[in-house]
Amino acid sequence: MPMMRWWQRARPVAGAPGVRRVSVGREEWMQVARDVAATGGVLHALWVSGTPAEGAQVYGVYLSDPGALLVELALSAGDARPYPGLQELFPAASRLQRAAFDLTGVRSSDPDRRAWLVHAEPYPFTRVEGEGVHEIAVGPVHAGTIEPGHFRFSVVGEKVLRLETHLGYVHRGLEQRFTELPILAGHRLAARVSGDSAVAFSWAYCQALEGLAGGTIPPRAAWLRAVCLELERLANHLGDLGALGNDAGFAFGLTQFSRLKEDVLRATAAAFGRRYLFDVVVPGGLAVDVSSDSARALADAIRSACAESAELRTVYDEHEGVRARFTGTGRLEPQLATQLGVLGLVGRASGQARDARVDLPCLPYTKLPVSRIVLREGDVAARVAVRFEEVQECARLLAQLLEKLPDGECSAVLEEPADGAFGIGLIEGWRGPVLVALQAGPAGTVRFCHPHDPSWQNWPALEYAILGNIVPDFPLINKSFNLSYSGVDL
Amino acid sequence: MNAVAWLTQGLEAVVALAAAPALLGWVNQCRAWLQNRRAPSLWQPYGTLRKLLHKEVLIAENASPLFRLAPYVTFGAMVLAAGIIPSMGTRLPLVASADAIALVGLFAAARMFMALAAMDVGTAFGTLGARREMMVGFLAEPALLMVILVASLTSSSTALPAITEALVSGHLGLSPSLAFSAVAFILVLLAENARIPVDNPATHLELTMIHEATLLEYSGRHLALMEWAAQLKLFNYVCIGFALFLPWGVAVGRIGPVGLLVAAPALALKLTAAGAGLALIETLSAKMRVMRIPEFLATAFLFAVLGLLVHVLLGA
Repeated sequence: MPMMRWWQRARPVAGAPGVRRVSVGREEWMQVARDVAATGGVLHALWVSGTPAEGAQVYGVYLSDPGALLVELALSAGDARPYPGLQELFPAASRLQRAAFDLTGVRSSDPDRRAWLVHAEPYPFTRVEGEGVHEIAVGPVHAGTIEPGHFRFSVVGEKVLRLETHLGYVHRGLEQRFTELPILAGHRLAARVSGDSAVAFSWAYCQALEGLAGGTIPPRAAWLRAVCLELERLANHLGDLGALGNDAGFAFGLTQFSRLKEDVLRATAAAFGRRYLFDVVVPGGLAVDVSSDSARALADAIRSACAESAELRTVYDEHEGVRARFTGTGRLEPQLATQLGVLGLVGRASGQARDARVDLPCLPYTKLPVSRIVLREGDVAARVAVRFEEVQECARLLAQLLEKLPDGECSAVLEEPADGAFGIGLIEGWRGPVLVALQAGPAGTVRFCHPHDPSWQNWPALEYAILGNIVPDFPLINKSFNLSYSGVDL
Repeated sequence: MNAVAWLTQGLEAVVALAAAPALLGWVNQCRAWLQNRRAPSLWQPYGTLRKLLHKEVLIAENASPLFRLAPYVTFGAMVLAAGIIPSMGTRLPLVASADAIALVGLFAAARMFMALAAMDVGTAFGTLGARREMMVGFLAEPALLMVILVASLTSSSTALPAITEALVSGHLGLSPSLAFSAVAFILVLLAENARIPVDNPATHLELTMIHEATLLEYSGRHLALMEWAAQLKLFNYVCIGFALFLPWGVAVGRIGPVGLLVAAPALALKLTAAGAGLALIETLSAKMRVMRIPEFLATAFLFAVLGLLVHVLLGA
């Protein structure tokens, strides 16, 4: 296998199970990409650190058969030549490369040179010409309390011919802000990259930090982190299932699932002291410990929420109106999902059998096998079904995690990392695999930090899933993807 | 026609104006209860209207006078319709002035103004909503006319008071033909009043809206009038349903204001039941795809035709 050549050359990244790192030259950069594509791997993340004047590094992370491969391409100072773009092999690379240019000024060879994060000029959308074609512009400000993003539909009648999304409206300068914080405090910012994935991002940050500092966390902390992560997944899935019912005009689903989600959040609050788990995962372990009483109460609450969710699933499945709206809507064929490198939950509903908890397990997932839920239909119904199944799997995992919770400390002291040390954190959040790449600076500072949300891959897939559907089905399809805006706007 | 008759007529319209928001409030309450939610107050729609009436009106720069005119025309049409429909008495001046076909025309005129106003400013959502609204309208109107036709066959008149009086004085209970057209009428009512499963009045998603999308550019008193007109439309449709299928409690002779007082409790009772029934239908259904609305309204038409066939062939 051509891929193994790179894998054998690469060195393991400390603290990141299944992740290896390799430095390549300009020509090899494309060769790695071709080999990964040939073996069915996908591009997970791409970012650039440095500037053209002082020299820059281009990083790509591939999820492939043996594991995750981090590829580094160093560009020497003053080298103004664009680096080879990966957009033809991995369509998701295009926006990543354009965003990296906006942030660093390092240009790829991508012919699409429209600014992505910088909104200085009106964005040139691709126009669809033809008789009776007209455009509908939606956003960036929406009627609901959701994040801002612009959607440009080209339609004939009710049928969507093309959708182009334009994001970047909540760009906060996260990468720069990371460098202004002490490296031991960055997890708080990481938790806020995308608020609904607070545990996933802060765990990924801490995993990267603990790896590069050479620290280990007590087993109890690892177990509790997994409890937090699964609770986050459970709460988000329950919320989404309700919202999906509501978008199909079935408000009963919303009220019932909102109640279940609320039960989970209250049980979370009773156990961890907060409804949403911000700043619980900290470098070295966990900020709060859970008493055995509250662990038991938490397990009980989850068990009953899970049982009710199963009951509501039969309501959804047997409701003619809901089924008619879900089935066949917004279909993303497995073949297309493979081409686009779709990740996470959306990918698993379209036959992409990737789950970092199974493929690249860290403690406690190494000791607690997760069963991957994969469907091939790729429509809204499939994304709903994956959520329903994952709710059950979440509940099963949580029951085991809480039962087998090891005793002992739940945090350890981390030593200050060495200047230039590099770490990667890769955690399967509820939406998909999130990644944090971290490089330490001198005296406990951050030289560079890049958070990556799987929404980068899945936003372009949404543009394909809507094709041929009717305009009023878009909100439902969009909800079934439920992608992050802030996570990709950085 | 004397002063008392006109006074009674005026009172009937005022009752409609005053009760229409409460009917919507009641439907919303029932929906909330059926969904296991705490319900908003019955008087919430009044509060919303009051708030909107006090708010500033903002109008797009390129809006034509039609845009300002439409709320008054729509509202006026619905008040007039409330006068025409024999909700409480059959011998009132306005009730006698127009038949059911003219009433359907009145609704169509109001819809046309609303659709034109929605397209007036030229936003994508307004046009989208207007287009869908007209699609619902042109499919619902034939079904409604067919329903009225079936009812008028039993009384040999297209005038609503005549149909009502024939039903009240005739045998109790629905004939099979009327039962079919009652089903058709309920489907038309759901479609015409932007209720689930055809439209979702509670949604904030512009792309899925039908009726709400036509109102997006309105604010202040214009929006209040449009909302009130929509509430009146629901009230009117429910009252047409009563006049055609459940006329009991309507005063059939000449009546004065006192007669209205006698007819009011029956109307209140029927509205309560109808509101609860509407909420039940809405809670049990999901919103259908826009493209399936034609099927839905074709079903309504089919039921009305079945009613007609049953009447002609079986004489029932």
